[in-house]
Amino acid sequence: MNKEFLSSERRRYLKEQKRRKRMILLTQVLIILLFLGLWELLAQLGVIDSFIMSSPSRIGKTLLNFQNNGLLLHISTTVAETVVGFALGTLIGTLLAVVFWWSEFLAKVSEPFLVVLNSLPKVALGPVIIIWVGAGTEAIIVMALAISTIVAVLEMLGGFLATDRELLRMARTFGASRMQSFLKIVLPYNIRTLFNSLKVNIGLSLVGVITGEFLVSKAGLGYLIVYGGQVFKLDLVMSSVIILAVLAALLYRGVLLLERLVVRRLSHTS
Amino acid sequence: MTQGLLPLKTQKGGSALSGANKLTMSSQLLTVERLALKYQSGNGETEALKNISFSVSEGEYISIVGPSGCGKSTLLSIIAGLLEPTAGRVLLDGLPVDPASGGIGYMLQRDNLLEWRSIYKNVLLGLEIQGKLTEESREYAITLLKNYGLYEFRDKYPAQLSGGMRQRAALIRTLATRPRLLLLDEAFSALDYQTRLSVTDDVYRILRKENKTTLMVTHDIPESISMSDRVLILSRRPAVIQSVCETTFSDDRTPLRCRGDSRFSTYFNFIWKELDVHE
Repeated sequence: MNKEFLSSERRRYLKEQKRRKRMILLTQVLIILLFLGLWELLAQLGVIDSFIMSSPSRIGKTLLNFQNNGLLLHISTTVAETVVGFALGTLIGTLLAVVFWWSEFLAKVSEPFLVVLNSLPKVALGPVIIIWVGAGTEAIIVMALAISTIVAVLEMLGGFLATDRELLRMARTFGASRMQSFLKIVLPYNIRTLFNSLKVNIGLSLVGVITGEFLVSKAGLGYLIVYGGQVFKLDLVMSSVIILAVLAALLYRGVLLLERLVVRRLSHTS
Repeated sequence: MTQGLLPLKTQKGGSALSGANKLTMSSQLLTVERLALKYQSGNGETEALKNISFSVSEGEYISIVGPSGCGKSTLLSIIAGLLEPTAGRVLLDGLPVDPASGGIGYMLQRDNLLEWRSIYKNVLLGLEIQGKLTEESREYAITLLKNYGLYEFRDKYPAQLSGGMRQRAALIRTLATRPRLLLLDEAFSALDYQTRLSVTDDVYRILRKENKTTLMVTHDIPESISMSDRVLILSRRPAVIQSVCETTFSDDRTPLRCRGDSRFSTYFNFIWKELDVHE
C-alpha cells in the first residue's frame, strides 16, 4: 500500500506493532546472552566446575575446531539419517492413513493395535531392531520410523476422517469415485493437517535417530554425545546438544518453507 | 396447462399423477414408482418412505413440502441415486438412475464450494469429476458465469464472495454438467431471509432461461408456491404423498410477483391445512 494513503492513526498503529515485534526479539536475544554470560562468568570465577558443566568459551572452541574433531561428519550423518527417516516415515504413514481411510473395516481392525503401538516406548524395541536389521545405519532409521510412523498415521487418519462430510456428499452428487473424492476433496482439504503432521514428524524423526545412535552407531551427534559422556568430554556433549537444537530449528524451518510452497501452488493451479 | 383456480386434491396415499396424466407418457422425464425405504440402525428399524409415486415432465418445476423429518431429503437422495430404496424404482428417461452418468444435478443446502479453488475452478469441479472437461464444456461454463454475473469474480476465492453469489456459483457448477433434471435440497435455507428472496428470484430466472426441469425440496411453503408449477405435500413418517397442489399464475410469473398474487393465499391455506401440523 502507498504510504500517502495511510492515516496518521494507522501509521501509529503499524509503528506500535513493529516496535512490539522488535521488543520481543530483543528480549529473546537478551535472555540468551544473559544465560551465556552468567554461565561463562560463573565458570571463570570457579563457582561451577567447567570440567563437568563446560562453558560457552570451551563450547565455542570445540565448535571452531570442527576440522579436527570431525564435527561435520557427525552432523551430516545425523542429518542424512533424519531426512531419510522423515521421508520414509511420512511416506509409510500417509500410505497407511490412506488405506485406513479407504477401508473402514481395516481401520477398525487395526485401531487397538495402533493405540498400543503408539503408547509403547519404542526404545524397548531397540535390542530387537538391532538383532533383526543389524547394528548399523539401518537400525537407526528403523528406530526413527518406529517412533514417527504411528503418530503420522494417527494424525493423518484423524484429519482424513474429519473431512467435511457435506463436501464429500457434494462430490458424490457428481458421481465421484472414492479415488476422485480422495484426490479432489480429502487430500487438499487436509493439506494443513498433513503439514502439521510433518512438523511433528521431523521432530520425532530426530528423536528416533538420536535414540538409535545412542544404541548403535559409529558416527552422528547421538554417538558424539554418548562418547563425550563416557570420556568426560563435556565440551563435546554440550556442543552436540547445541548443534542439535539448531538442527531441529532448521529442519522445522525447512518444513515450513515446503508448506508455504505447496499451499501457494495448490491455490493457484489445482 | 389449464387447471382451475382451486388446487386438486388426491386421496391419501394415492398416486399423485394428476398433473402428469394430462400429458403423454413420452414427455415424462422422471418417473418414481412405489418407492419405499426402511432405515436400519442399531436402535431398530425406521420406515421413512412408503409407496411414493409421481412423475415429472420436461420443463416442470415441482416442489416437495412436508413436516420436518418426514424424509424429504431422503427422497431426493434416492432419486439422485445416492441411496438404494428398499422397494420401488426411479427412472430417468425410462432408464434407472446412475449418479456418474450426470443425468441428474443435485444441489445441496450448503454451497459446498471448495475454499482452495478459485470460483472458475470450483465451477469446473462437476465436469472434472464426470470426465467431461472439454474445450466446449469450459466455454459453456464461462458462458454461464458471464450470463449470471460471476465472470468478473472467476479468479476470486469463495471466501471473497457473498452468500448469494456463492449459491449462484454452486448452481452454475451443477448446471455446467448439463443435467436433464435438477434436484434442489433446501438449497436456499442457509441464506438470510433477504438474500434468500433475491436468490430464489435469481435462481428461478436462471432455471427458466436454461429450461431446466426441477424438483425442489423445501420446508418453506411460500417458497414452494412462488417457484413451482406443482407442490407435492408429504405426510409425516412413514411419508406418503398426502396431496398435490397445482399452482397457476400468470405467464410472466416470478417468485416475487407470485407472492403478491391474490391466488397465493388460497394455495398457502390449502397446503397449510394439508400439512396438518397440529395433528
